[in-house]
Amino acid sequence: MRYSGLRVFAQGLAGNRGWKPVWRRPEPKAEYDIVIIGGGGHGLSTAYYLAKNHGLRNIAVLEKGYLGGGNVGRNTTIVRANYFLPGNSEFYSHSLKLWEGLEAELNYNVMHSQRGLINLFHSDGQRDAFVRRGNAMLAQGDDAVLLDREGVREKLPYLDFEQGRFPIHGGLYHPRGGTARHDAVAWGYARGADRLGVDLIQNCEVTGIDTRQGRVTGVQTTRGPIRARQVAMVAAGRSSQVAAMAGLRLPIESHVLQAFVTEGLKPVIDHVVSFGMGHFYISQSDKGGLVFGGDLDFYASYAARGNLPMVEHVMEAGMTLMPMIGRARVLRSWGGIMDMSPDGSPIIDRTPVEGLFVNCGWNYGGFKAVPASGWCLAHLMATGAPHKVAEGFRLDRFRTGQGLMDEEGTGSQHNLH
Amino acid sequence: MRLSCPCCGPRDRREFTYYGAADYLDRPAPDAGLDAWDSYLHLRDNPAGPTRDLWYHDPCQSWLQVERDTVTHAIHSVAPVAGRRA
Ligand SMILES: Cc1cc2nc3c(=O)[nH]c(=O)nc-3n(C[C@H](O)[C@H](O)[C@H](O)COP(=O)(O)OP(=O)(O)OC[C@H]3O[C@@H](n4cnc5c(N)ncnc54)[C@H](O)[C@@H]3O)c2cc1C
Ligand SMILES: [Zn+2]
Repeated sequence: MRYSGLRVFAQGLAGNRGWKPVWRRPEPKAEYDIVIIGGGGHGLSTAYYLAKNHGLRNIAVLEKGYLGGGNVGRNTTIVRANYFLPGNSEFYSHSLKLWEGLEAELNYNVMHSQRGLINLFHSDGQRDAFVRRGNAMLAQGDDAVLLDREGVREKLPYLDFEQGRFPIHGGLYHPRGGTARHDAVAWGYARGADRLGVDLIQNCEVTGIDTRQGRVTGVQTTRGPIRARQVAMVAAGRSSQVAAMAGLRLPIESHVLQAFVTEGLKPVIDHVVSFGMGHFYISQSDKGGLVFGGDLDFYASYAARGNLPMVEHVMEAGMTLMPMIGRARVLRSWGGIMDMSPDGSPIIDRTPVEGLFVNCGWNYGGFKAVPASGWCLAHLMATGAPHKVAEGFRLDRFRTGQGLMDEEGTGSQHNLH
Repeated sequence: MRLSCPCCGPRDRREFTYYGAADYLDRPAPDAGLDAWDSYLHLRDNPAGPTRDLWYHDPCQSWLQVERDTVTHAIHSVAPVAGRRA
């Protein structure tokens, strides 16, 4: 069913009794050309673009829980293209362009809102670093505006500009940055893929990867064995477990990242505000909740809930930056399992097992990447060659040391990115 | 979460700094080759369950090897890295 204003109106008149389930619930077939492990944002967009851009039809997405139950439905929804290093810049730039056409492409409202992102700085050195980053963004063809303190004050009058520890000197403004509704992105791609004939199979955990003579031949699942000629591992925080089924060890360590939301308030924060020195960022959802978060809990973990010291730290940083939020009551907090890579950048590549592909290492920035990641993995699987904006996301860059993309320059420790 | 430091007893998690998996204890020889260094610096078993990793206790400045569970956050043992048998 195509969605339109007219359809909503007609359904309204008919008591909304004519809406249909948005995707099928097929039984798994014994064999597919392509099996994708993981029904998060990246797995779903990969399936969609394999079908849409490359005309492939015999595809299944296997999800151990429900579609969108992983990080794609747990993130703080920031979409931006303000990366610095070649390799990352062109990829996130491509992704943002796909976001800008996504609702028309999917015929689905993902509530993409380009409300602008402001990264604050607090010293001359940081200002210089942001000028450099802004120039890199402009050179990439994206947008960046340097704001001085008064420029920030005009947009964000509620900040505490004179705080003793980190007085605000200015900010780097990225007008095309913003947010989107995370669940809707998963649902939109799921609906799009289903309509192109992709089987979306939920409650189907992959428990083994079958190989013969160095080639992948299929997977074992809780719903029986499934043969496949190509298999893609797109399991985010669970990537290491899935890769181990094929005898591979990945350069990934899993960590918890927490997020928080307050009760719904009237519009008060119009942008996405990022306070890097305090490890704090915030935006306001369309429902009115203040959505904010901070850093990792810092130690390897698969518990999808956080520890209290980081809760305290995030609240303190928020109060430092904008004391007014002390009045808001926190409603919920949660955690997601992040696939942290040793340089903070992702991997979209083949593996040593022929026909087996890996897409992981998204750290805490993989939501904005959902469109381009699927686009590029689909390209690699369908054509056999990496897409030109994702050529840098090689699995072997850690082994060889060539082409590392460490945006923050923090070295090879997984949790420092 | 609390860790029991062999020097200081049970202490709040905030006194400790996490470094990474216990793989960091097995530093390869400088000429051991790319695979050994890749494995040491980057590749991880990354288990969902029992694991061994390295923590630093800031007050007494000791490096500790911790056996714990990454799913439940239960701590099984904490032992000093110094003087350990290889
Ligand atoms: C609190 C938080 C805030 C974040 N904020 C942002 C942000 O503001 N901007 C941004 O760009 N990014 C953000 N991220 C990161 C982003 O959410 C992730 O990088 C991205 O969602 C990961 O890709 P995914 O959507 O495919 O993952 P997921 O949705 O986790 O998908 C992986 C799927 O694989 C399934 N799976 C695992 N193992 C198996 C198996 N054996 N068999 C079958 N299925 C399996 C899982 O059930 C899961 O559904 C944030 C993350 C968190 C947790
Ligand atoms: Zn101690």
